[in-house]
Amino acid sequence: MPVREGIYGLLAEFNTPSELVHATEMAHRAGYRRMECYTPYPVEEAAEALRFHKTRVPLICLIGGIMGLITGYGMEVWINVWGYPLNIRAMPLFSWPAFVIPGYEWTILFSGLSAAFGMIALNGLPQLYHPLFNAPNFRDGATTDKFFLCLEAHDPRFSIAETRVFLEQFNPVSVVEVDH
Amino acid sequence: MATQGPIHDPETVHDPMIDPRTGEYAVIAPGHNFRSVTQKIAGIVLTGSTPWAWWGGFFFAATIAVGVVIGVTWLFLKGVGIWGVTIPGAWGFAIINFVWWIGIGHAGTLISAILLLFKQGWRNSINRFAEAMTIFAVCCAGMFPLLHIGRPWLGYWLFPYPNTMNVWPQFRSPLAWDVFAVSTYATISIVFWYIGMVPDFGTLRDRAKSPIAKYLYGLVALGWRGSTRHWIRYESASLLLAGLSTPLVLSVHTTISFDFAVAAMAGWHTTIFPPYFVAGAVYSGFAMVLTLAIPIRKFYHLEDLVTLRHLDNMAKVMLVTGSIVAYGYGMEVFMSWYSASHWEFFMMWNRMFGPMGWAYWLLILTNIAIPLTTLWSRRLRVSPGYLFFLSFVVNIGMWFERFVIVVTSLYREYLPSSWGTYRATFWDYILFIGTWGFFTVLFLLFARLAPMIPMSEIRMMLPQTKVRPGGQPADRVVEEAL
Repeated sequence: MPVREGIYGLLAEFNTPSELVHATEMAHRAGYRRMECYTPYPVEEAAEALRFHKTRVPLICLIGGIMGLITGYGMEVWINVWGYPLNIRAMPLFSWPAFVIPGYEWTILFSGLSAAFGMIALNGLPQLYHPLFNAPNFRDGATTDKFFLCLEAHDPRFSIAETRVFLEQFNPVSVVEVDH
Repeated sequence: MATQGPIHDPETVHDPMIDPRTGEYAVIAPGHNFRSVTQKIAGIVLTGSTPWAWWGGFFFAATIAVGVVIGVTWLFLKGVGIWGVTIPGAWGFAIINFVWWIGIGHAGTLISAILLLFKQGWRNSINRFAEAMTIFAVCCAGMFPLLHIGRPWLGYWLFPYPNTMNVWPQFRSPLAWDVFAVSTYATISIVFWYIGMVPDFGTLRDRAKSPIAKYLYGLVALGWRGSTRHWIRYESASLLLAGLSTPLVLSVHTTISFDFAVAAMAGWHTTIFPPYFVAGAVYSGFAMVLTLAIPIRKFYHLEDLVTLRHLDNMAKVMLVTGSIVAYGYGMEVFMSWYSASHWEFFMMWNRMFGPMGWAYWLLILTNIAIPLTTLWSRRLRVSPGYLFFLSFVVNIGMWFERFVIVVTSLYREYLPSSWGTYRATFWDYILFIGTWGFFTVLFLLFARLAPMIPMSEIRMMLPQTKVRPGGQPADRVVEEAL
């Protein structure tokens, strides 16, 4: 659990994605690791600067899909061969081609739900409260047109005075302290 | 037919909406920035005053939707005997309307998924309401088979679940496949739509003034704060959902075509059905997107974001899918002769020149003769008035296509002694017309309460998104981009 006392971090506001990416890259080179960018649309360069490349969403999706296929197809085979065998116009009980479509649909159903809910879970959402919402300028900009870099207080390199000076050199619109 | 490109066309060269480098209409009108697109789209939802025309449209549509309530109530009291379905025409309006509505929905998934995979950036402006259209069309479509089963309150028997009767579904039937295909389609469409809206709900939460709007949008935004790590996972999930929806949308209409193609019925038992059904679905769906987009962009002044480029591109997709449909019609005629089957041959003769031959020629007129001759003209493809008219023409045609397929094969099948006819009753019509109202009501509610155009995706299309190495000062970059 992150510390709940003191401040959450320092939040620098930028007008353009270029400045944000530059500041993030520099912060990473300066040894900051506990940091995050907040942008109104996905900025892949910011993720590069944060060295965040891999997500586990595709893996969760794959596992979901395999589960869906096994569940769907297995259920059909069990129902039509053992659970409730019916002779329909002399077709074999194990009519494997006919079982393909529902099995296929459940593969997609399970993998789609896994991708969507897996993404939400990995993001730690829903999380209706977050310290950043306390920052006075965050809510007007982060989901509209501003680009934010937050250096978090539990980073070992963090110190309010030095980090503020560090952030000021990138000419941000503002640097504010974020309370818990 | 095709007019010259605008680069050489003295009439259109001064149009500010045309990008001089490509000669195409711009996807987004020049001069927008992140804040202006956000305010434009969020402003539609976050206004305290609902336009009177919205209320007018809402009450008009709601009045029509009462037809569903009346039609369903009487159906529950009396049973499906009040419809025109009987032997030999055992599949009537219910199946026609089901296929028609679900086909309309397919364009939404095509726009949101397939065009995303093909990196067609222009789709961003229309993708949200096309997805909404999909979901509402599936709602209308799903109603019909459920009512047609006769005892809709036992509809859950369609699903495999352990029960005291020890009865299970029979998976060798295309009708059981339908249950899986359509329920999966509805679920994935809703999830894709909602996930797409989460960042925009975050914007609405942050821009809302009224505490109720803040609270409600805050709930549905799930606490979205635009974190880069979140965005990367989000993009990954969106891409996966698009990749999954693409085969899904093809499989759904393929499965629906199997309802016909698996049956040993003249006119149905053909291998051309799956591709021809899918193309027809996309054709009618794009027509419906135009029906919705043209009045909406006018009413909400969204011409900057849903530009003539979008209309042009959608008309081109219709031209392609319409041509595939025309090929399907041609193949049906050819195969009925080439099969050397007496019954196939008679079916086609009866379809063209029998008592309901007018329906066949009407669909040839509305699906092929009118659209496939005029859509080659660029001037007509960028004319909202003409496309609005054409969208109705095509959807009438696509409804008659399903009417012709369902009815003409059934009412004169193999044995002349069992020939009959099909006449829809008042209760068929009231339910069908009621679903138009129901669809419109849902769509108007969506337009009022949710962001119709995905704000985060529109922002990605602006020139200001370009990241320059070294982080240049803010004012210079913004100035250059504008």
